[in-house]
Amino acid sequence: MIKAILIFNNHGKPRLSKFYEHYNEDTEQQIIRETFHLVSKRDENVCNFLEGGMLIGGSDYKLIYRHYATLYFVFCVDSSESELGILDLIQVKVFVETLDKCFENVCELDLIFHVDKVHNILAEMVMGGMVLETNMNEIITQVDAQNKMEKSEAGIAGAPARAVSAVKNMNLPEMPRNINIGDISIKVPNLPSFK
Amino acid sequence: MPAVSKGDGMRGLAVFISDIRNCKSKEAEIKRINKELANIRSKFKGDKALDGYSKKKYVCKLLFIFLLGHDIDFGHMEAVNLLSSNKYTEKQIGYLFISVLVNSNSELIRLINNAIKNDLSSRNPTFMCLALHCIANVGSREMAEAFASEIPRILVAGDTMDSVKQSAALCLLRLYKTSPDLVLMGEWTSRVVHLLNDQHMGVVTAAISLITCLSQKNPDEFKTCVSLAVSRLSRIVSSASTDLQDYTYYFVPAPWLSCKLLRLLQCYPPPEDGAVKGRLVECLETILNKAQEPPKSKKVQHSNAKNAILFEAISLIIHYDSEPNLLVRACNQLGQFLQHRETNLRYLALESMCTLASSEFSHEAVKTHIETVINALKTERDVSVRQRAADLLYAMCDRSNAKQIVAEMLSYLETADYSIREEMVLKVAILAEKYAVDYSWYVDTILNLIRIAGDYVSEEVWYRVIQIVINRDDVQGYAAKTVFEALQAPACHENMVKVGGYILGEFGNLIAGDPRSSPLVQFNLLHSKFHLCSVPTRALLLSAYIKFINLFPETKATIQEVLRCDSQIRNSDVELQQRAVEYLKLSSIASTDVLATVLEEMPPFPERESSILAKLKKKKGPGAVSVTELEDSKREGGELNGGGDRGPDTASTPSPSADLLGIRSAAPVGAAPASAGSLLVDVFSEAGTTTTLPSSSLFWLLFVCKNNGVLFENQLLQIGIKSEYRQNLGRMYLFYGNKTSVQFASFTTTPQLNVQTKPVEPLVEGGAQIQQVLNIECLTDFSDAPLLNIKFRYGGALQNLTLKLPVTINKFFQPTEMTSSDFFQRWKQLSQPQQEAQKIFKANHSMDTEVLKAKLLGLGTALLDNVDPNPENYVCAGVIQTKGQQVGCLLRLEPNAQAQMYRLTLRCSKDSVSRRLCELLAEQF
Repeated sequence: MIKAILIFNNHGKPRLSKFYEHYNEDTEQQIIRETFHLVSKRDENVCNFLEGGMLIGGSDYKLIYRHYATLYFVFCVDSSESELGILDLIQVKVFVETLDKCFENVCELDLIFHVDKVHNILAEMVMGGMVLETNMNEIITQVDAQNKMEKSEAGIAGAPARAVSAVKNMNLPEMPRNINIGDISIKVPNLPSFK
Repeated sequence: MPAVSKGDGMRGLAVFISDIRNCKSKEAEIKRINKELANIRSKFKGDKALDGYSKKKYVCKLLFIFLLGHDIDFGHMEAVNLLSSNKYTEKQIGYLFISVLVNSNSELIRLINNAIKNDLSSRNPTFMCLALHCIANVGSREMAEAFASEIPRILVAGDTMDSVKQSAALCLLRLYKTSPDLVLMGEWTSRVVHLLNDQHMGVVTAAISLITCLSQKNPDEFKTCVSLAVSRLSRIVSSASTDLQDYTYYFVPAPWLSCKLLRLLQCYPPPEDGAVKGRLVECLETILNKAQEPPKSKKVQHSNAKNAILFEAISLIIHYDSEPNLLVRACNQLGQFLQHRETNLRYLALESMCTLASSEFSHEAVKTHIETVINALKTERDVSVRQRAADLLYAMCDRSNAKQIVAEMLSYLETADYSIREEMVLKVAILAEKYAVDYSWYVDTILNLIRIAGDYVSEEVWYRVIQIVINRDDVQGYAAKTVFEALQAPACHENMVKVGGYILGEFGNLIAGDPRSSPLVQFNLLHSKFHLCSVPTRALLLSAYIKFINLFPETKATIQEVLRCDSQIRNSDVELQQRAVEYLKLSSIASTDVLATVLEEMPPFPERESSILAKLKKKKGPGAVSVTELEDSKREGGELNGGGDRGPDTASTPSPSADLLGIRSAAPVGAAPASAGSLLVDVFSEAGTTTTLPSSSLFWLLFVCKNNGVLFENQLLQIGIKSEYRQNLGRMYLFYGNKTSVQFASFTTTPQLNVQTKPVEPLVEGGAQIQQVLNIECLTDFSDAPLLNIKFRYGGALQNLTLKLPVTINKFFQPTEMTSSDFFQRWKQLSQPQQEAQKIFKANHSMDTEVLKAKLLGLGTALLDNVDPNPENYVCAGVIQTKGQQVGCLLRLEPNAQAQMYRLTLRCSKDSVSRRLCELLAEQF
């Protein structure tokens, strides 16, 4: 089972954290820091596996990670997962290649500005700590379908909503005032003519 | 207004994120975040109802802020509202927020469940998937209660879309993990297993995780998955790389699924069906063959995928441990990987070989790689890999290569990473002991260990070397000589001083013949280290000195001089001062004979499991060391306190018989919490108030199988008991001992029975003991023990104690001897279901035969030999005598030493007796 998926940058700033077991917020942050500490001090070209830190459960868990440019992708898994399998999962089948396709050359900024979308893509791949789908095309199809839905909601279905908000923003209080003034200006000239 | 463009809306969010990124300092960032939080909070609290878009935007901002590590304590309600939106984007953000931020015991769970229920029944696959994801992410008990019956239906329904099926399978798995009792597979079992045959590979991928987990828990019910998994695997393995299209990954067909199938098979023994087994062996061979083929791609992904399958196949081969041919091939394959240029492969090969080393078929084959592994230990750049290499050396060690491996590990220790040194030290110590042929090598190794990595040598390690030296006289002289030499190093580790002090103190005489290590030289050498050592080591050295006085009378004057000097005899440390004073006195007044007796050589230690091994187990995982041992030793301590019957000072007149019938209504025993901790309640702490102590059930329970001992003890009072029973009558002597030096005034004791007993003496002098006798008659069977209330004044404070008297139904047993045939005849007669009481429970105490026999005899029954066909089991028979009737009881106790469990069965002619005895006895073993 995958216990947690963490993405952070070279400075340890988390860009995505997804825990499949419940921890409180403080512990989650500590785990991220601990993991960053363990992973970041390793040289390039050493192996991609290491034993988990104490907070996440020690040597019963493995951290499997990859370092791409400015980002670390870390999966924390128990002994029931194949290490190389997970490594491929990060690489491809999943994650990185899918993100790449969805964002056209993914970079750290994409992850920052589209946290929700990254979560979505991840959800198509891993669910409740287990791998749901390893076929990149399937994942991308799903994500595309969602994007389409999003666009249509923003376009056609979104139109009425936008119309409403446009109306709301027309500074409504001023409109009646104009009308009143008009009325008065119509009445006022009439009065003197009676005199 | 929001410019919604190209589907990624929420400009506000983008602006906010840019702002945060532009913050120059941490403080500025926090300020910006707080401003945003205040803004969002006011928006959420404001009167204006927010439209879906704004809600979504703000919830998204909260998510982002949470990710940055800030606590989010609001917005949950808005997120829940988003769930009921019929727009995908809003719903999805709502679910996202909930999966990330709502924990399983939130009070919103009911609202969330409602929204999920709607989405599940919506028949919109996207919405259904969102809902299933949410269940899988939160996975709370409430959710399990609400959906555990619904999800299997979705999973196996014919018209469910594939993507929904995938999600449903994993969702169900999650619920099964959190609340297995709520997920009832039963009727779904076979249909779930058949998902392995599904057309859609994604469905198989998801389902296999579910099936693996379920088979681990209920292997028999899911047995059919083995043949299905084998045929699926064989189809994948034999397929051409193009057959599986999207599931082919860098020319390897469905690697992930293959791994998972091989994992699933590791839940089971090798298939019994010859055809299935043949097919599987064929698959494994194909996988091993493919490893030798030239790679179809130079990309690392290709080799990763291929090797992922290979490693799982090897794991399966190791798991079966039955095909020598495959095992050797696996071993050779791993051997190749040991020298592969990919670090990952070397790491995994070392790891897999560790498990391979424990198989008898491949142990020898693994050993051939020893040089490579040692080389890895020396040259690998990566500490993770070095650690695996050390593990493997430990695993492959046996008598033939122990010396080499221990030497290599020792030399590695000099440069090893700090994080693994302690574990390495333990491993070296264990190997040295386990494979020591001559103990001088063992002593050398441990002393080297202390020299190289003294800081990491735990107490267990140096205790152990001393135990072994003391127990084996062939090595004592050598040990003394070696420590003497080691101590001559100008700087030596404190642990070395400890070992040296202890061993020279015991066996220094063995090397004293050599003038270079004459007694005085030995002493001066030890004493030269004295001032550099910590207090515990100095204390140990002082003991060594007094031993020297016994071993070498000629050193007496020198040592007395040392003890007498101010830095010893007036040392600010109490322990050191006391030792110095006592040893000085001992050495000056005791005769040589007395001295020789007091300071005799240490007796051999009892042989037991190496304490180091226990320590390694503990390091490897909490829970590996059983708590029962601890408890046992505590228990013994309790019993040692016994012997409260010091002879009566005052005797009260025998009381009229105690009517046990009255107990049921009178005694609120059930309400008294039974905890061992209550024993420790400090009666002093609440001066002026009364203290009510429920009797400690721990002590009370000890009396089920014995009649005499200490029933109660605190700082003030000790109560001892002696009792005897004949048929339905009993007599109990209670001894109340005042442990203080002050008198107890107004001492009264009231047994809560129907008794009129003459009151005890109202005053108990300090240090004195008074006695009370209770006469007991059992009128009918009973389950609650009578209570005894004790009141007295100590100082000004009224003390009030309530104790359970150890009168239990089994006290009125008459043993009945009977033959095997009689026993089984009666056993059959008592065949009504309510006459039998049975309990299966974990052993709390030693399962030693003699102890068990003593307990069963103490129970009052006859222990019948040669009745049960299984000699491991115990069979007892007896009759409980009450005034009104006799109750025949038969008992059978079946220990299972392997599982540390017992099954206890009782059959009695009266059903309440069966139940009560069963409860009482279950606590005893």
